[in-house]
Amino acid sequence: MIKVLLFAANRESIGKEQVEVEKSNISVSDLKKVLESEYPGSSFQHAMAAINESFVPDDEIVKTRDTVAFIPPVSGG
Amino acid sequence: MEETLFSLTEEQIKTEELIQKVARREAGAITTFIGTVRELTNGKRTLHLEYQAYEPMAVKMLSQIGEEVIQKWPDAKIAITHRIGRLEISDIAVVIAVSSPHRITAYTANEYAIERIKQIVPIWKKEFWEDGTMWVGDQLEKQAYSEGKPPEGGNAL
Repeated sequence: MIKVLLFAANRESIGKEQVEVEKSNISVSDLKKVLESEYPGSSFQHAMAAINESFVPDDEIVKTRDTVAFIPPVSGG
Repeated sequence: MEETLFSLTEEQIKTEELIQKVARREAGAITTFIGTVRELTNGKRTLHLEYQAYEPMAVKMLSQIGEEVIQKWPDAKIAITHRIGRLEISDIAVVIAVSSPHRITAYTANEYAIERIKQIVPIWKKEFWEDGTMWVGDQLEKQAYSEGKPPEGGNAL
């Protein structure tokens, strides 16, 4: 099980702050595809991933019990 | 208790408190950057704003910016507070205070910090306009994450 944290537009289109995905050892890019097919209207193409609060590239492997945050382009300041 | 140099808050930011965090006898200069909520963006009128953060990581990234600043300007001391939640026009969204022995470091490091906030700190802004709402992405108006990751801090400035 992977915990996925959602922010900004994806949080609103999916209607949840986090979802759980019953997968393990899946790449970040494959996880994006799983989420987009499960939640039509969501978009993860331009989102950066962070696993357990550290930015990772899209080919990084997500393991079970990891927390993945999808981070849309930021706009702080 | 160790003072908190990098933080998020839902309350009004008190600029004077950030100045006190970096004030010290070695300092000959303290610069403050105060980011405020603007009413008009390219002719569009904002009614109010909402900032949302991935809080633990946002604090971590603010601390990382602090470390980058100290690496580049070892005699600087920096504090950053970013507000989240609902903000009205003219409210303060972010304050950055930098002290240093000489003013050029305080100015330069302060500008570096706000640019890095816009690059790597997971905070999003929702604009409530007269005619609708929108989550605003990249304020730098560049293609987001063109290299597939946030830019490294090494080359800016």
